[in-house]
Amino acid sequence: MSPEAINFILSVITAATPLLLAATGELVTEKSGVLNLGIEGMMLVGAVIGFATAVHSGNALLGVLAAAGAGIVMSLIFAFLALTLLANQVASGLALTIFGTGLSALMGVGYVGTALQPLPKLSIAGLSDLPIAGPLLFHQDGLVYASFLILGAVIWFLYRSRAGLVLRAIGDSHEAAHAIGYPVIAIRYAATAFGGAMAGLAGAYMSLAYSPSWSENMTAGRGWIALALVVFATWRPIWLLLGAYLFGGIMYLSLYVQGLGVALPSQLISSLPYLATILVLVLISRDRIRIRLNAPACLGRPFHATG
Amino acid sequence: MWLRLESRGRRSPLWTYGSPVLALLLTVITAGLIFAVLGQRPGEALYTFLVAPLVNTGGLPELFVKAAPLILIGVGLSLGFRANVWNIGAEGQFILGAIFGGGLALHVGEGGGWWLFPAMIVLGVLGGMAWAAIPAFLKTCFNANEILTSLMLTYVAQLLLLYLVTGPWKDPEGYGFPQTAMFGDSALVPILIPETRLHLGVVFALAAALAGWLILSKSLLGFQLRVFGLAPRAARFAGFSENGLTWISLLLGGGLAGLAGLFEVAGPIGQLTPSISPGYGFTAIIVAFLGRLHPLGVVLAGLVLALSYLGGETAQIELGLPNAVTGIFQGILLFFLLGCDVLILYRLRIGSRSVPAGPAPDMAQAGTAP
Amino acid sequence: MAASRHTAGQADGKPLLCLEGIVKQFPGCLANDHVDLAIRAGEIHALLGENGAGKSTLVKIIYGVLHPDAGRILWRGEPIGIANPAHARRLGIGMVFQHFSLFDSLTVAENIALGIDDAALRKGLDRRIVEISRAYGLPLEPDRAVHDLSVGERQRIEIVRCLLQQPKLLIMDEPTSVLTPQEAEKLFETLRRLAAEGCAILYISHKLEEIRSLCQHATILRQGKVVAECDSRLETAEHLAELMIGSRVNLPSRQPAGRQAAVPKLEVSALSLVSDQQFGIDLKDIFFTLQGGEILGIGGVAGNGQTELMEALSGEVLAATAETIRIDGIAAGRLGPAQRRELGACFVPEERNGHGAVSALSLSDNAFLSAFRSQDLTRSGLIRQERTRRFAGEIIRLFDVRSRGPRAAAQSLSGGNLQKFIIGREILQQPDLLVVAQPTWGVDAGAAAAIHQALIDLAAGGAGVIVISQDLDEILALCQRIAVLNLGRLSTPRPVDGVTVEELGLLMGGIHETPRKIEEKDSGFVVEA
Repeated sequence: MSPEAINFILSVITAATPLLLAATGELVTEKSGVLNLGIEGMMLVGAVIGFATAVHSGNALLGVLAAAGAGIVMSLIFAFLALTLLANQVASGLALTIFGTGLSALMGVGYVGTALQPLPKLSIAGLSDLPIAGPLLFHQDGLVYASFLILGAVIWFLYRSRAGLVLRAIGDSHEAAHAIGYPVIAIRYAATAFGGAMAGLAGAYMSLAYSPSWSENMTAGRGWIALALVVFATWRPIWLLLGAYLFGGIMYLSLYVQGLGVALPSQLISSLPYLATILVLVLISRDRIRIRLNAPACLGRPFHATG
Repeated sequence: MWLRLESRGRRSPLWTYGSPVLALLLTVITAGLIFAVLGQRPGEALYTFLVAPLVNTGGLPELFVKAAPLILIGVGLSLGFRANVWNIGAEGQFILGAIFGGGLALHVGEGGGWWLFPAMIVLGVLGGMAWAAIPAFLKTCFNANEILTSLMLTYVAQLLLLYLVTGPWKDPEGYGFPQTAMFGDSALVPILIPETRLHLGVVFALAAALAGWLILSKSLLGFQLRVFGLAPRAARFAGFSENGLTWISLLLGGGLAGLAGLFEVAGPIGQLTPSISPGYGFTAIIVAFLGRLHPLGVVLAGLVLALSYLGGETAQIELGLPNAVTGIFQGILLFFLLGCDVLILYRLRIGSRSVPAGPAPDMAQAGTAP
Repeated sequence: MAASRHTAGQADGKPLLCLEGIVKQFPGCLANDHVDLAIRAGEIHALLGENGAGKSTLVKIIYGVLHPDAGRILWRGEPIGIANPAHARRLGIGMVFQHFSLFDSLTVAENIALGIDDAALRKGLDRRIVEISRAYGLPLEPDRAVHDLSVGERQRIEIVRCLLQQPKLLIMDEPTSVLTPQEAEKLFETLRRLAAEGCAILYISHKLEEIRSLCQHATILRQGKVVAECDSRLETAEHLAELMIGSRVNLPSRQPAGRQAAVPKLEVSALSLVSDQQFGIDLKDIFFTLQGGEILGIGGVAGNGQTELMEALSGEVLAATAETIRIDGIAAGRLGPAQRRELGACFVPEERNGHGAVSALSLSDNAFLSAFRSQDLTRSGLIRQERTRRFAGEIIRLFDVRSRGPRAAAQSLSGGNLQKFIIGREILQQPDLLVVAQPTWGVDAGAAAAIHQALIDLAAGGAGVIVISQDLDEILALCQRIAVLNLGRLSTPRPVDGVTVEELGLLMGGIHETPRKIEEKDSGFVVEA
């Protein structure tokens, strides 16, 4: 395989990882019946906090953990509004995005232009030196490996563990789950927090690995694309992998084509990921039967225990 | 759970109007705390943010100028949200309206006559409608979620505008800056009060609010929109066209957003630049909710949020605070509003008992004024 | 074949479960007012009362879903508090809900596993499901997705889930409302067998003949209070009814069919429709006609296409061709609800809240909803508020709707009153054709009688009426002809005089047994017919 091809694949991996991380978190959240539209806001806050922590502590891992923590805190604000106070989930998620965008801009004011070392790539002794597979599979930074491991863990959790079964049941019918005696709200809080942590990680990847730097609105809509990815995967985790890498490819392609100096306006190429998102959404949504069959029946519906 | 909600059984009129007030109060307190954290004196910062913009030069007329686009877009969104059609792409429709109308102005240049501005208005509305027609088409024909499609189109619209002002429409005498030529005089919006920037758009905004109120509360169309949002199956039962209402909701929102875009570029800005909107399309969502999804409430809410823009600018100039403070204030306001709205249908109780499930109403519709 | 009554099993002196003075208050409603109840091991005990009497609330307290505001619960003589359903299950109380707690997108085994708390019991679950379900005559396949199952099969999951935990008390909440008569009989056999093995059964119902044939004791609730306790085998159905309702209710009598007019009010030919519901039933080749002056009943267990049929008739879903549905001779298959109303048809869907009416809107607005064309309630696109309010007021007056007036919100009305309002709204539009689904579901006896009378009067005036109902008694009381809907197919309509309940039961459950039998024989299961 030529060095160009290897570079291409490496770049696609880089572009796809934040999408995969954020979408995995949102998938778990939505499987429990909660629609959190605030991914963009959570990613941005995660990005800025991760960056700031890494800058001040000199420790990238600390930055990653701080970002996850920030994502959790943000998601809990949303969870309090939507799950405890029964606010409309669409509006609450939008509020989180608007707030997160503003908060991250405020916090990041002092960090624009600050330079930082990118996340160190992890090598696995011996394996990293293999000819083609070496750099591709065994020389990535920690978050790339984490994205695969977490996806695998989520698949096991949802389909092989009791807790995952309960979570899926809650997303299917929260009345029935409550009648049997499961703590619907508590589990939804946990699922939302997980989504927040993952969004925080995705943001951390953006500011610590993808382009080690901070700038306002640096996620440029990736949070929304992650939402579309969950629909594209019809809520089945393994398809997230395909979707994330497909979109990663498209996003990287736009950068690559611009670099080639093709005679197309750069903005047109930059708009490819967004247009692709619309196209993908349309293709999947057309099959109403499949959407209804796979979408958690309680998605977005508030749950209130009366007494 | 430690915090329990007890259903009131009906909407509390006190809290339907009281919730926004409480939310504003809590927001102001929180803003004061944030200012303190940022190293400012809270009282002084709040004064700068909330009061100074009004008493400074420009003052009240400037408030209306800033509120006009928020009210125009907010009215359109409030009707659409009532119908449960979530147009999140008003920002993009705003831009398209500016592009269509501004494009005509640029084409005509210094010439033109009395007919130019009305033509621009029409184009502005059409531009916004055209951009909103895409999510409408995708939703009615392909069942594609309008939140994601309209939002994606916003990013595309921003890129389109950037392309135009850095490429084919760039001002040849503009020293290479990404902007178009200034519009000719006949393409500018008439000013109502001399020495101010108070322009015709404000009149249109107030007229739109009035018309929106009449439509929503007194007309058959408004009834259809309300029923469609409250109970889509009942709307089908009554013979209302789901597709038709989706189209109308999006076109109305898009047309008004496009109109707002037109007024903004033909008014305060006077040309096309990459940043013709400080996020009006998104702030208008907050305006719609703060205004209880009621066109007249939207007017008041628009003024409040216009103040937050002016306050942010003033705070930036006088206190050196970053511009992002405005976004945070707006986001916090929406948070508190959504939170306080729970009081409309429920009483808060502290306690711990496990209890059975019951149907939970749609809180977006709960926070509406009749 | 007369049902045999099983004598109670081994019962010692002390009751297994004893409720003393249970009180439960909801905002605006005292659901349980100092209720006493005693059940012995091996006894089948009925809890009788009409809709809204407080039965569901009481059993939810027993199952730990709700907590009483006052009173004591004694289990084997010891006072206890039942903290939650898991606690109830540990004690040995199992409950089969009226509205199943099932998860459509999961399999039978997953659904059962979710209802079993003890991890040890979940080992080898698939095998044990097959064993127990076959042993009790309720066969189940662990790997099937619940959404593929019929309603009767879904109930089996609920029951098997309880049986796997060896309950000492089994609570059944209105179990036969979703079963054919044959399935109900099979259920009774299972219950008698359980009682003989020492399990106590608390059986909630409002069906008197069932209770007389199945249960030994009955506790009767009315408006939250216990009004009687008796040995149900010794009482007559009429006396039980009187105790339940509190007074004699004038039951309307079925009228003979009117003259046959030249043009039928409704003619449905070869109606086939693919369902747009998530787990819906496709309609297959439906034929029937309806004359003016007659009431046609369409019976069947829930989930056999009633919703789809209602939507096809009302125009919410369009037919493939215009001629499929003719209203008064005019081809209407491709017309929407508004145009069908213009042809003189009116509709009352199954769901009051969110379909037939909008709960958040006022009665005036709800009157406008379906009547604005026929009653001329708009002018140049604007609503004529005064006129609409007057119309709503007429409905309230003529149909005895208890409310605070036309401006009252629909959600402030009780189920019975809202139903009366909706039916009144349609009847006052003087339709030539009225299609009603589940006219008295969840409605108290007084309102139900009034609704039945209104339907009879409407037909007597020359209109054609279709009643789609799961309640066989209702259809037999009202209709001159009856057809049965099963898996989207409609049986040939036949006169009610001369048809037997057994025949109807077979039609309700009959057609789909045959193909299923072949399938299950191949896999080694035996279906007991």
